[in-house]
Amino acid sequence: MIRSHVLICGGTGCSSSGSVKLSEKLAEELKAKGLDEEVKIVMTGCFGLCALGPIMIVYPEGTFYSRVTVDDIPEIVSEHLEKGRIVERLVYNDTGDKTETAEPASLSETTFYKKQHRVALRNCGVINPENIEEYIAMDGYFALHKVLTEMTPDDVIQTILDSGLRGRGGGGFPTGLKWKFASNNRGEVKKYVACNADEGDPGAFMDRSILEGDPHALIEAMAIAAYAIGADEGYVYVRAEYPIAVKRLSIAIDQAREAGLLGEDIFGTGFNFDMHIRLGAGAFVCGEETALMTSIEGNRGEPRPRPPFPAVKGLFGQPTVLNNVETYANIPQIILKGADWFKSMGTEKSKGTKVFALGGKITNTGLVEVPMGTTLREVIEEIGGGIPNGKKFKAAQTGGPSGGCIPAHLIDTPIDYDNLLAIGSMMGSGGLIVMDEDNCMVDIAKFFLEFTVDESCGKCTPCRVGTRRLLEILDKIISGNGEMEDLDRMEELCNYIKSASLCGLGQTAPNPVISTLRYFRDEYIAHIVDKKCPAGVCKKLVQFVIDPEKCIGCGKCAKNCPAECITRTDYIAPGHKLASFQIDTKKCVKCGACMTNCKFNAISKQ
Amino acid sequence: MKSLEELKAIKAKMQDKVVLRKSSGDIRIVVGMATCGIAAGARPVLNAFVEGITEAGLGESVIVTQTGCIGICQYEPVVEVYTKDAEKVTYVKMTAEKAKEVIEKHIKGGKAIAEYTVTGLK
Repeated sequence: MIRSHVLICGGTGCSSSGSVKLSEKLAEELKAKGLDEEVKIVMTGCFGLCALGPIMIVYPEGTFYSRVTVDDIPEIVSEHLEKGRIVERLVYNDTGDKTETAEPASLSETTFYKKQHRVALRNCGVINPENIEEYIAMDGYFALHKVLTEMTPDDVIQTILDSGLRGRGGGGFPTGLKWKFASNNRGEVKKYVACNADEGDPGAFMDRSILEGDPHALIEAMAIAAYAIGADEGYVYVRAEYPIAVKRLSIAIDQAREAGLLGEDIFGTGFNFDMHIRLGAGAFVCGEETALMTSIEGNRGEPRPRPPFPAVKGLFGQPTVLNNVETYANIPQIILKGADWFKSMGTEKSKGTKVFALGGKITNTGLVEVPMGTTLREVIEEIGGGIPNGKKFKAAQTGGPSGGCIPAHLIDTPIDYDNLLAIGSMMGSGGLIVMDEDNCMVDIAKFFLEFTVDESCGKCTPCRVGTRRLLEILDKIISGNGEMEDLDRMEELCNYIKSASLCGLGQTAPNPVISTLRYFRDEYIAHIVDKKCPAGVCKKLVQFVIDPEKCIGCGKCAKNCPAECITRTDYIAPGHKLASFQIDTKKCVKCGACMTNCKFNAISKQ
Repeated sequence: MKSLEELKAIKAKMQDKVVLRKSSGDIRIVVGMATCGIAAGARPVLNAFVEGITEAGLGESVIVTQTGCIGICQYEPVVEVYTKDAEKVTYVKMTAEKAKEVIEKHIKGGKAIAEYTVTGLK
């Protein structure tokens, strides 16, 4: 008789920090203690708190253990699972209330989870994604049954329209409208449903976590979409770099077929639907809908002009609905709980919740899902646990290489599609990279631009050549050779690239430059006029200087200098016995070895 | 999969298995499982509670869990029942049979069994 469940995170984050070994060791220990009949191990999807992985939750108590190592397992088994004594030192207990002691808090009361509202991620970290029956136990496939037996295809589309759901992949187009456009001539023409799981933004892993943690939700939602528009075949385009996601989705598809939830005559209603996986080779442009479909068809992934839109002429020239993974993950819930339930969350024009991948200079890196309209401050300071090492928040970057930076004075902006656009960024797929005072905004713009230069497919000249020229100007500024006219030149170029590129990649590629120019123009000017990098990041503009009053003359810096540019002076500071050192800035290669080796904080970056 | 009934059957079958992860915990049955408890036979008591609660379909509101030594080792196996409104009840010298009775009378019936508590013994 099973009396306890141990859930171990099997998402990519925790897997790479050793959760698979943990589960093996746990199984071994349980067997040795004769507890294997009483305690069940369940590998789940991502819990979201990746920074503290590997993560383990013990039910029925709901004890949340973080950063568990293989060596901790015997103690957890003999103390907690055998004797019921919780291993306090491993318990994650951040409720924000530091006075509280010992009593392990329920997970939902910790600051990380308290403000979250999980809809798309509701099963991630709760069920075993490789077991269809656990998904069914959480009301899985009941929505599919409901639409097939109780609703007409038009009812389904109307429900999605009423819910106000908008695409979670970036643009924010109303999902119901997309389905409606594709719904003409049902039963007369071949149609497809497709899923965009080609999540390419640096630092974004929302879709990956859903595929890894709740793959059946995607299958169910795609079947519902197929019923709504009159399609019988589906494709999921997923990155080959997501091996765990691909494996779990394949298992899920096989299980669904075996259970008769994919295939012919589903639920005896005469509705047929089956789906396939296509692996992307990692080209960023293939996340753009037309390029993605071209790639599924077996051609080189290049965008094509719209119109015709996919809803009219998509995959293999047939009407197609293409949605992102997170968008689909909301669908079964909307069908079961109704449009009004979904509409009750969020802001006027952005309904529901949004998943964000928190990264960069933040304590709790990981995955969070919050209602639309939650402020950036709540996400960063409360759920994210703030900036580590007491540094100051400088900006947040949303929307990946297509998005922009949100400066500190706009931290109280409620996050939704329209607000983000108004302040020059975008929702994008949900990457949220936090930056502190040590980040140089010119350098950040360069980082994202380098990415788009690499990833431009080359079809349109403004994108292929324009982004390259833009990068060259940024390089010029960063190396201290910039002129004020360069700023105007960049702005002009940005506008050309935006207006003359065919697809979303080119149209949004200049955004990181535009938004940093808008909010952090002073940093560009500091690089150009003062030839200084205020954050001390741009190496060519940084000078290492020794403070002669603090230098005790030990010579450790000179010994560690690879360029041999540090020499002794004649000056002996009051209170010191030896003469101080100085750096020849002309010879200095700015490696920083002197600064890391100085024990007296006498060397600084300027 | 041809009907809603089949889907419901799977859900019902799995309910027992996943209910552990979403129990409200309005009632907590805590079994003392330190060395003294285990030696006195706490394991069959714990198992009897787990089985009894699952069979009764009470998993949504009742949590069966363990704790360490309560400090009255001579009375082990000790079981404490926490309910939302009432005071905690401590049962001593428990057995699997007594556990079944506690589920029937206390958990379902809402009336603690006085003779199985510490005061009842004396």
